[in-house]
Amino acid sequence: MSMAPTLLSVEGLTKSYGGVHAMRGVSFELRAGEILALIGPNGAGKSTCFNVLNGQIIPDSGRVRLLGEETTGKKPRAIWRMGVGRTFQITATFPTMTVRENVQVALVSHGRQLFNLWASTANQARDEAGRLLDLVGMGAYAERPCGELAYGDLKRLELAIALANQPKLLLMDEPTAGMAPRERIELMRLTARIAREQSIGVLFTEHDMDVVFEHSDRILVLNRGTLIAEGSPQEVRGNAQVRAIYLGDGLLYDARHREGASA
Amino acid sequence: MRGYVVGAGLAIAVATMAGNAMAQSGEVKIGEINSYSLLPAFTEPYRKGWQLAVEEVNASGGINGKKLVVVSKDDGGKPADAQTAANELVSSENVAMLTGTFLSNIGLAVSDFANQKKVFFLAAEPLTDAITWSKGNRYTFRLRPSNYMQASMLVEEAAKLPAKRWATIAPNYEYGQSAVAVFKKLMSEKRPDIQWVDEQWPPQGKIDAGPVVQAVAAANPEAILNVTFGADLVKLVREGNTRGLFKDRKVVSFLTGEPEYLDPLKEETPEGWIVTGYPWYSLKTPEHEAFLKAYQAKYNDYPRLGSIVGYQTIKSAAAILAKANSTDPEKLIAAAEGIAVPSPFGEITFRKIDHQSTLGAFIGKTALKDGKGIMVDTVYRKGSDYLPGDAEIEKLRPKD
Amino acid sequence: MAFYVVQFLTGLASAAALFLVASGLSIIFGVTRIVNFAHGAFYMLGAYVAFTLTERFSGALGFWGGIVVAALVVAAVGVLVEMVLLRRIYHAPELFQLLATFGLTLMVEDLVVLIWGPDDLVGRRAPGFRGAIDFFGQNVPSYDLFLIALGPVVLGVLWLLFQRTRWGILVRAATQDRDMVAALGVNQKWLFTSVFALGVFLAALGGALQIPRDAVNHAMDLRVIVEVFVVVVIGGLGSIIGAFVAAVLVSELNAFGILIFPKISIILVFLVMAVVLIVRPWGLFGKPEAPARRTPGLTVNPWRPLTSNERLAAIAALIVAAALPFFAGNYALTVGSEIAIFVIFAASLHFLMSVGGLASFGHAAYFGLGAYGVALLAKLAGLPMIACLLLGPLLGLAGAAVFGFFAVQLSGVYFAMLTLAFAQIVWSIAFQWVSVTGGDNGILGVWPSSWAASPSHFYWLSLGIAALAVVILRIIVFSPFGFALRATRDSPLRSEAIGINGKRIQWTAFVIAGTVAGLAGALFAYLKGSVFPDNMGISLSVDALVMVLLGGVETVSGAVIGAIVYKALNIWLISKTDLSKLVLGAFVVLIVVAFPKGIVGTLETILYRRRKSTSSPSPILTSRIETAE
Repeated sequence: MSMAPTLLSVEGLTKSYGGVHAMRGVSFELRAGEILALIGPNGAGKSTCFNVLNGQIIPDSGRVRLLGEETTGKKPRAIWRMGVGRTFQITATFPTMTVRENVQVALVSHGRQLFNLWASTANQARDEAGRLLDLVGMGAYAERPCGELAYGDLKRLELAIALANQPKLLLMDEPTAGMAPRERIELMRLTARIAREQSIGVLFTEHDMDVVFEHSDRILVLNRGTLIAEGSPQEVRGNAQVRAIYLGDGLLYDARHREGASA
Repeated sequence: MRGYVVGAGLAIAVATMAGNAMAQSGEVKIGEINSYSLLPAFTEPYRKGWQLAVEEVNASGGINGKKLVVVSKDDGGKPADAQTAANELVSSENVAMLTGTFLSNIGLAVSDFANQKKVFFLAAEPLTDAITWSKGNRYTFRLRPSNYMQASMLVEEAAKLPAKRWATIAPNYEYGQSAVAVFKKLMSEKRPDIQWVDEQWPPQGKIDAGPVVQAVAAANPEAILNVTFGADLVKLVREGNTRGLFKDRKVVSFLTGEPEYLDPLKEETPEGWIVTGYPWYSLKTPEHEAFLKAYQAKYNDYPRLGSIVGYQTIKSAAAILAKANSTDPEKLIAAAEGIAVPSPFGEITFRKIDHQSTLGAFIGKTALKDGKGIMVDTVYRKGSDYLPGDAEIEKLRPKD
Repeated sequence: MAFYVVQFLTGLASAAALFLVASGLSIIFGVTRIVNFAHGAFYMLGAYVAFTLTERFSGALGFWGGIVVAALVVAAVGVLVEMVLLRRIYHAPELFQLLATFGLTLMVEDLVVLIWGPDDLVGRRAPGFRGAIDFFGQNVPSYDLFLIALGPVVLGVLWLLFQRTRWGILVRAATQDRDMVAALGVNQKWLFTSVFALGVFLAALGGALQIPRDAVNHAMDLRVIVEVFVVVVIGGLGSIIGAFVAAVLVSELNAFGILIFPKISIILVFLVMAVVLIVRPWGLFGKPEAPARRTPGLTVNPWRPLTSNERLAAIAALIVAAALPFFAGNYALTVGSEIAIFVIFAASLHFLMSVGGLASFGHAAYFGLGAYGVALLAKLAGLPMIACLLLGPLLGLAGAAVFGFFAVQLSGVYFAMLTLAFAQIVWSIAFQWVSVTGGDNGILGVWPSSWAASPSHFYWLSLGIAALAVVILRIIVFSPFGFALRATRDSPLRSEAIGINGKRIQWTAFVIAGTVAGLAGALFAYLKGSVFPDNMGISLSVDALVMVLLGGVETVSGAVIGAIVYKALNIWLISKTDLSKLVLGAFVVLIVVAFPKGIVGTLETILYRRRKSTSSPSPILTSRIETAE
């Protein structure tokens, strides 16, 4: 690992709903260009953690800093303006617009042109949108109605939208859910390449352990709101507590082995 | 593509409405507007009345030999639609004059239109004082006795009552408000000892009668002025009867003696209310007998007050047209000012000073007979006796 | 003291009648999401049928039997309506069902006059409940006591029905999640039909029970429908208990309010609703709606600006329209002006509804404010016409800025109802503040200056402003702001995640729409030479909605066509027949069934399919089209 600066620092996040602890003292850091996976069984607190990071939930205590600047308590749109792009578990795009327009809206917002009542959006950041779509391999679909896209393509479109504000940090909630295996690999490779090239930090949650172990630099494991393990894929795979949690799920076998088999 | 549709649509829509703009030479056309779809209960008898009048006018030679034709339009109860209709009548149908309207605001809208477009307008039913006074204009005349006239007829009787504590119930819009205001003013002039102990303003057409009746009863008035009518009146009377509001209290009520409002009450008709109205069943004058006979022969139905108003509107319009012997608005005005016209209630005149006709109203008491409401002890009050002096009207009415 | 108790009981009796009707509406909305405008019409039909039956059959059995049979008969009519009409349009865009039921209401209003005649009908009193009971010197009508008891009984029966029967459980499940019930394999069609029947039965029963206290007439429906909507919204949509509590609240506030402010009835329910919605956006007993799962639109072709050919066509059409004064008479020109003004008005609402996804039920408020702005400036300040036309709409802008701020905090039906409440508040100010607005009698003599006075000049002025307004609104649709607004409508989640402040965007859109509506109102004041409170009334707001839906809510400027067709037809019918409501209603219903995407939406789909037919349609598109049919 290079000695890239700390991008995201999370300290002691705690959140409970009516006595049930969704997160208890969760702390971790993320460096620029690093790909960090957040895993854990259902109800472990992944979503809560994610929603705190992107501003949808205010934690009971603890704080989040992005490049030293506090983000806790800020609205999602403010956090986005600080350089955080995100994709959703169930894709959220604008179905009545074309693929290109979806990206253009994000670019227009980034350029602070939202209250421009006069210009034609068609001419706004057109090439930039095309470049982003090319980057995620959607260039050929630019003029298609977004509502007609297949699910995998929607995921890639979301990535293009998430990159529109030249983010320092990407938050990806189950980026490959609902995709075919080959698509998953392509998408994660693409993400990794972009992260390295542009030195973007990536935090993602994922159910597919193949994806997690193959594509992350580091893994965080949450269970019942507490961080129980943290380290490289190799370290996490060897962690007894993690194995105990996932025992019986049959999920934690060697991803390399599986990839080899399917290839 | 869409552009073509827009233009074509607009052009077609408008062109179909252009209609026939040519008046045939052997005819005199009157344009008539009323709230037929909104207020059928009042406008149906009204229509029957004017249709009878048209028949009679044409049977006796028309307007100086020309056939009288009435072109009638619905206004849906909206002032804006009434103006559209007025415009159509004037621009496309080339009518010699406009008549009709029931609601005060529609009457005012058409009167303002008439003033702007210089068209003669004979308002039939609207009661508001504004139409001949504060917003009066030289093109507008009005047939029916105004709010003020009806109020002063009622005040004359009400002032004779010993009651000192009065409450009022009136619909919460201009008609109700000005009826109460005029009544209070005239009453307090005659009886400075009177106290106004409560006022209720239910929304027109939406009275929640129970609470209103309770509230009035709680103020314990000796007499009540009512201005509600139609469905509101029915509800008020039913609640009032059940809750004993009218027991041992005098009630003075606008318009309630008109068959339109009295008949629906049937066996619930409260007795002894002092009301204005139209007791068609007990009028024995030859003028009225003739009208009644003709009306019943044609429709096999009894007339309402609306029938009289419709009938007399067209009869008056025909007389004005015949006297002017022209469709020029200025000549019509000259002919109408001071014209005397026979009516089922006796001769009436259209005053020069404010263009108000002197048609009067009947004052009487409500009573029950064979499960139906009627008016008894009725007397006809001539309109001319219940208008303020000329000097006062000069002050009220803007100069032409 | 006895007086206050009796006044309280009187309020309860009023509440019971209101509750019956409101609960039916709430149930129907909860399950089918239909905003049933015809609910008032069913209430009225209940009263009419009950009148006929109770007049015909005498005795206690005749009376009470008549009431129940009347409600059943009307419920059967409701079933027929649901099966023949509503079933065809469940998948149409939201609020399209409102249009259908609005058409029905228009028809019923004329039909009852045709069947039962124009006179007010006064029915019999209820056997056994004719008199009053003495309560410490105060009379309490025994029929009131009957109603007071009936309210909770009906509430209890409904509660049992929903808690203890399989059908009730299904209904509750459907209220929470329609798709889930469909997934459970329940016959959704019959569930909807039965719910509609129950709702209509309750409305008709409410109407039938009015016979002993009311006069049956053809305006009963409008009298009750708005109030009932308000009660349902205050209580929380889909909540029966909420409807009950809200009915009691509104009735009691009215009963005691008139003791202090006798003029309060006219505005009370709307004030209560506005306050409740601002404090509790989902009503007293409503639950926050799950973020609206946006029903996939019927149209998937994305909007695009006109091509150069289309632009030429539009200009050609405008030239044709502008040539009208050379071959049409004054009346046609005035009608043309009126249509042009309504094009502006409808386009402004269309902008809010189609681009912003915000269906306002009170858009006439801003039209009316513009009109009053002009009238006040012209009459009180004596400003010339140009100045008035420029400044008058600012009153619409100001109103939209104030009310819009609160309204955009809500969405869906709650947004619609809050805008309705604001419109009614503005209306009642115009109606009651006689010294300034002239009240019901309006402000007269607002005629145009001489340069615009001739019908042809005024027509060109209106046409020019209409064209300009439509063009400007189109430019805004395709501007970054327009895209941000659509983004907020399409996906609040995503738009927030790309830095869009949705509420602020929507507020701005509301102000734009309000200002353009104000401009239309300003022109209207000069066209008519006068302004009246009904320039901001509910019926005008509904007219605008109908124009938008008729044109097609998923189009860029469908409202232009919707306004032309609806307004022209309306004027023509009013001129030609007294049964204009019957014909217009039937036309609206026909359009809804034949063109559920509106006129322009249907045309666009045909064109789109034709263009598409060369390439094979995508699977998603075909599946959507199938669900639509």
